[in-house]
Amino acid sequence: MQWKQLLTSAVGKKFVMGFTGLFLVLFLIVHCSINFCIFVPDHGKTFLEVAHFMGFNWIMHILELGLFVGIFAHIIQGWALTLQNRNKRPVQYAVSRRNQNSTWYSRSMGLLGTLIFIFLLVHWANFWAPNRYHMITGGKELNLFERMKSLFSHGWLVIFYLAGLFSLFWHLLHGFQSAFRTFGLDSGKYIPLIRGIGTAYSILVPVIFALMPVSIYFGWVS
Amino acid sequence: MNFTLKVWRQKDSGDPGHFETYPVTGILEDMSFLEMFDVLNERLIVEGKDPVAFDHDCREGICGMCSMYINGRAHGPMKATTTCQLFMRHFRDGETIVVEPWRAAPFPVVRDLVVDRSAFDRIIEAGGFISVNTGNAVDANTIPVEKDRAEAAFAAAACIGCGACAAACINSSALLFVASKVAHLSMLPQGFAERRSRVVQMVAQMDREGFGSCSNTRACEAECPKEISYSNIAKLNLEYLRASLSPQGPVVQKK
Repeated sequence: MQWKQLLTSAVGKKFVMGFTGLFLVLFLIVHCSINFCIFVPDHGKTFLEVAHFMGFNWIMHILELGLFVGIFAHIIQGWALTLQNRNKRPVQYAVSRRNQNSTWYSRSMGLLGTLIFIFLLVHWANFWAPNRYHMITGGKELNLFERMKSLFSHGWLVIFYLAGLFSLFWHLLHGFQSAFRTFGLDSGKYIPLIRGIGTAYSILVPVIFALMPVSIYFGWVS
Repeated sequence: MNFTLKVWRQKDSGDPGHFETYPVTGILEDMSFLEMFDVLNERLIVEGKDPVAFDHDCREGICGMCSMYINGRAHGPMKATTTCQLFMRHFRDGETIVVEPWRAAPFPVVRDLVVDRSAFDRIIEAGGFISVNTGNAVDANTIPVEKDRAEAAFAAAACIGCGACAAACINSSALLFVASKVAHLSMLPQGFAERRSRVVQMVAQMDREGFGSCSNTRACEAECPKEISYSNIAKLNLEYLRASLSPQGPVVQKK
């Protein structure tokens, strides 16, 4: 009995997806809470202090490394699974009424994940990459509060962010409970608990994130 | 009742196959879907044509032999129904009905609507049994089993191995089938002892056969003629995790 099948069998691959997925769910709570500080009406002082703590702290750098490993493991395993699973049916059905037996978003996790990845690339290019560049070359981080304000003055970028978060909502709506099911927990008396928390989380997190570009665009943030 | 059937015809596994359209007339509303095929086949035989090959056996919904993907649904549009228990009154008069075989790489088409489901037999051979002879039926209550557990094991044991779960799954995953066997046996005292090696070996065989992974879409549960709960998949996942993490690990027989 080896460790290998824990990660590579049909069930093992799902453990990788579920584990990294739940890790990213935890990360989103942290990300969301920090960004929420922009709503403190002190011209972004609180937000910048927290951002500074996250930016200049070696523990955070190690965690950030782990985060990237988690994100890419989730993306690569997700794509691999989508492609492998697709190949399991070489001849497709001529007529298929999948809407009658399952939800569209549970069947579209690969597509939704890819949309979120495209969003992420733009998001990193907007904030993470210029900030790191500035830190390495200048030894100081960017004023991310000002950067948010200037970037989110563009309506098209706000719409792009909202579209990314909309994909995230559907992805989480299935992914949250699916991850718990993969670990055998979405069962019996835990079902209402996990479904309830999962649905609330999937709505709350994207809505809180969406509030940021929207409120900056409409000038609700001082 | 009259129908237009679009039926998948394929001579053998090497033939690419094609749809053929057959009008069927004078069908009684209380005929089953298979009886409608009997009517069609009798006519084809009289006309000197090749009848449509399809799997069937008990015709009372308990054997799991009949298959057919009907109008885009495994075993047709009704809930908890095998094809033999699907009646023509569930269709509109004059409707065009598309009939295809199960589609999944591990279920190769043998002929027309008949697919080879022996992959499921090999999964059972990999561990879906109890190794010791349990002897004669003993007195009830000699081995105490909790009522709820017995009920859940029985509900999982209702699986007839028809393959609708894998046929309907977007990933062609057979996990509901495997999970029903794993849950059924691991919940009872006789099967409990071998639960670790069983789950690992059955999943390994499922992989070897070429079935996909589970995406938790629940299509399997919706299409299962025996309404096997997809909670059994959660049970299998937990059994698999436990088996894989146990320090000694299950004793897996080399194949």
